Formats: sequence, C-alpha cells, structure tokens
Amino acid sequence: MALDKATVARIATLARIRLSDDELAPLAAELSHILTWIGRLNEVDTTGVAPLASVAAVSLPMRDDTVTDGNCADAILGNAPVAAKGFFAVPKVVE
Amino acid sequence: MIEGRTGAWEVVIGLEVHAQVIAEAKLFSGAATAFGAAPNSQVSTVDAAFPGMLPVLNRHCVEQAVRTGLGLDAAINLVSVFARKNYFYPDLPAGYQISQYEQPLVGHGQVSLDLPDGSTRTVGITRLHLEQDAGKSLHDQHPRDTYVDLNRAGIGLMEIVSEPDLRSGEEAGLYLRKLRSILRYLGTCDGNMEEGSLRCDCNVSVRRPGEPYGTRCEIKNLNSVRFAMQAIDYEARRQIELIEGGGTVAQETRLFDTARGVTRPMRSKEHDYDYRYFPDPDLLPLILDPDWVAQMRAELPELPDAKRARFVSQYGLPPADAMVLVTERATADYFETLAKGRDAKAAANWVIGDLFGALNRKGMTIEHSPVAAAQLGALIDLIADGTISGRIAKDVFAEMVETGADPGAIVAAKGLRQVTDAGAIEAAVDAALAAHPAQVAQYAANPKVLGFFVGQVMKATGGKANPALVNELLRRKLGG
Repeated sequence: MALDKATVARIATLARIRLSDDELAPLAAELSHILTWIGRLNEVDTTGVAPLASVAAVSLPMRDDTVTDGNCADAILGNAPVAAKGFFAVPKVVE
Repeated sequence: MIEGRTGAWEVVIGLEVHAQVIAEAKLFSGAATAFGAAPNSQVSTVDAAFPGMLPVLNRHCVEQAVRTGLGLDAAINLVSVFARKNYFYPDLPAGYQISQYEQPLVGHGQVSLDLPDGSTRTVGITRLHLEQDAGKSLHDQHPRDTYVDLNRAGIGLMEIVSEPDLRSGEEAGLYLRKLRSILRYLGTCDGNMEEGSLRCDCNVSVRRPGEPYGTRCEIKNLNSVRFAMQAIDYEARRQIELIEGGGTVAQETRLFDTARGVTRPMRSKEHDYDYRYFPDPDLLPLILDPDWVAQMRAELPELPDAKRARFVSQYGLPPADAMVLVTERATADYFETLAKGRDAKAAANWVIGDLFGALNRKGMTIEHSPVAAAQLGALIDLIADGTISGRIAKDVFAEMVETGADPGAIVAAKGLRQVTDAGAIEAAVDAALAAHPAQVAQYAANPKVLGFFVGQVMKATGGKANPALVNELLRRKLGG
C-alpha cells in the first residue's frame, strides 16, 4: 500500500503534527514501506476465522462502582504548561 | 407535514441522545461523577490520559446500559467492542474518546409515543452504546485562554440513536420526554437537561411525501426539549425555503442560537473530522453472561406504558389521566398510595388538579410535596365520610399546602366540620326564604333561583352546611 504526500499531510493535520513540505515525501515513502510490510498479513486466508482480540485467555476485567480516585487536582495540573484557578489553560478555541 | 410555497413537505428527524449514566464512579476510572465539584477535583490520571494509565470498565455502567436497552425493548448484544474515536480537542486529553462503533452493546429497539390525537406511534431505536464524556471547555473566563475542567471527562454516557422516524418538532419533543421518563423509571439517567445529563443532537431533512430522504443537517448539543423543538422547526423551514428558492441543502453540522432562535453552520474546518475508529487495544471485547442479562430483565421495574395500562384497567382511570400520572415514577407511586382503599378517580383528580397546581405555584416536585400522600388521603376520607364538604376541602387543602398540617387538625381548629343537623339547616333555609320573598315567587317560572338560595344558606352557615341536605330542603320547601 502506497501513501501519497497529500494523505500524509492530512494524517499529520488530524494528529496536529506540523510537517514541512520537504518532510512529506520521505515520510510517505517510510510509511508506505511499513504498510506494505504489514500488508503481507492480508495474504493469509482468514475465511471463517473469528477476529482474535487477545492471545491471553482472559475476559475483560471490570471494576466495582466505587469512588477510589480523584481529589488530586494539584497533581493533575502539575505538568500543565499553563494552569489557572484550578483549570488547564490553553490558547483560546472558539466556535 | 409543512406547507411550503410550492406544496407540502415532509420533515424527517432522527435523534442522537447522550444520556449520562447514573453511577458513583466514571466509566473507566475510580474518580467521582458528582455534579458541581471544584474544577479538576474529580479527575484521575486515567481521565487526564497520563502515559501508561489503563482503563478498567465500571461493571455498574454496563448494567445500567443493558437495563436501558431492555427498557427500550431492544436486542442486547452479548459481545460488543470498545473502539477509539480519534479527534483533537483540548477537553479530550487522550486525543480519542473510548466509544463503541461497529459492535455496540445494544441493538434495535423501540419507543412508543402517545400523540395528542390519542393515537400511538412507534419510533425505532437503531442502537445504544457506551462511551466516555469529554471534559468541559470554558471560553469566557479569560481574554486569550480557554479553561478546561476534566471533571466530566470519562463519565459514562449512553448514546441512544433513533431511526429517522420522527416527523415534526412536536414528535421529537414527545420522544425526548418519553425517553426521559423511561430512563428515570429505570434509574439509569436522571434526565436533568439543565445539568447536561441529557443532551441531544437532531438530524433534520425535508422531502416531498413519498420521495427518498433529502440531505440532512445535524444540529448539535441541544440541552432542552423546548430548544430541540424550536431548532427542528426553524431548520425544517430553512431547508424548505432554501429548496423552494432554487438552492440545495448542504450536509453540515449546525448550532442552535437560543437567543435568536436560528440555526447556523459550525465553522466547516472544525468539524472536518475523520474519526479513524479502531478497536481499543487497551480493552478486550465485552462479553456478557446471558444469565446476568436474564436476571436484569427479570428485575426491571414496571415501565410507564405498562403502568398506564394497569392504571386504566385497575383503577378505571381515563387514559389521558393515567398518562399524566405515570410520566414520573414518583407521581405514580404517590397516586397509588393515595388510591389504596379510596375512590381512585377522586384520588386522581386531587393529584392532577389541586396537588399539581399547588406544586407548580411553589415550584416544587412531588418528592418534596408539602402534603404527603397519607395526609391528602385523610382529607379525601373526611369528604367521603361527610365530615366536611368538597368545597370546604379545597380551603383545608390550601391550608395544608401552606402549613403541612394534618387535615383533621385544621378542620377541628377552624371549626369546619360540616353541619349535617337537619334542624339547624332547616332554620337557615327558612330564614333565607323569609328574607327573599321576591325570589321565592320567581321559582316556579325560573327553577335556577334554587342556586341563589343555596348560596344564601351556605353564606349563612359559613359554607359548612351539607350541600345535599340544603338542596333537598330547598327543593321541598320551594316546590311545596
């Protein structure tokens, strides 16, 4: 599977990663290479085989509905580049 | 059906409702869900998407969603899969929302609507799935910054998607109210639209009757039934005028401006999403034990439709009255306590008329009624055994609403006991007749004069005379 420069630019936009024009072509080549390699899995005939969610024979663990966490706003905000009045502060997003 | 300049148009509406699951903790973390806490005080490192933190599913949220599915008469999928819905926004710290996509927890179901003309209409439910709520962005607290509170981030939501079966803003309103009623009966969502526990996106399109669906617009984030109805009516009109003016409807996401009552497009770049759903590798498929589902089905409470049917058959209530009584479970419970061993129609009339009127005036809910069901029951008993008249009962009720006192105490304290002593009433009747000879003379030609004399006797006895006795005596004396 080959990705063109436009597709790479779009993926970068969706992920909010800024790429310069001259980065697009090498990335398109690298990503295409990875996808081609992974794409070999498509050659396996999986007709009638159920999707495999995990190789471990465990079921989804669940928790009880009790409050066991929280009340740590300072720790949560500790790594924020900017915080004010208990909130994360980010450049204004307007709609 | 809406009449345009060039003929009739049919409006087609489907709703996506986001209902907050009633649970103590969040969908995938142990942080609390209570409304109104200090910013970021109910956030765990999972909710804030710190690296390496893993989600662990809240069993009760699953149970709530399954019970809701059962209440919507829907198919429960014993295998469902959580998927990541990827988009970028500051109040979504992980950069994706854990949702369900191709394999939701609940499949097709239905809700029955009661239309004003007495008919019913079945609205299909397409699906219900569990997903995380996002955080809250505040845009008006700082000139250059948006403030983000993650308390809401990660709270469990049920997204309930309807088929495009609704045909007017009014029907959409009925659907939302019915859905809210069912959720509240089940105790799976409190339905509080002001606090955002129930939010709605409306998909609206128009077409000529019999033609295929037109292009739809999605109106996002409506937080009241009234706004949803207004937004739909406006949007349908807008699309009809656009098409009749030679234009075409563009598929887009719009917002409802509640102040001006109009919808307007969101800026197109911001909803240029490509969600790139894929199964969440942090979570295994959710596999339900059929016995667990069967047990939940067996333990479902009686729901509004079933309760209404029972109220009609068991108590002989008119369907319209029964519908009013069953909308809220608390009202239905109040009525049943009141009706036990009493005249059910009288009980219904007191609840729907006097009690609702008093609660409305005081801005109270029936859960906090100043008059308990047992007290109102005692009042009805006082009328039934002839202690007070129905007219005096209204005064006693008004006093009960203000003071919360028992009706027996009010009747005793104010001397409101009905006069049933025939001698005393006869004296009052004789006095009234003697005082108004002219009206007595009119009686033969105009029997309505009887009402005048009833009024006179009531006035003389402070309203305490037994009305049946007064009427009987007057008729005998005037006629004879």
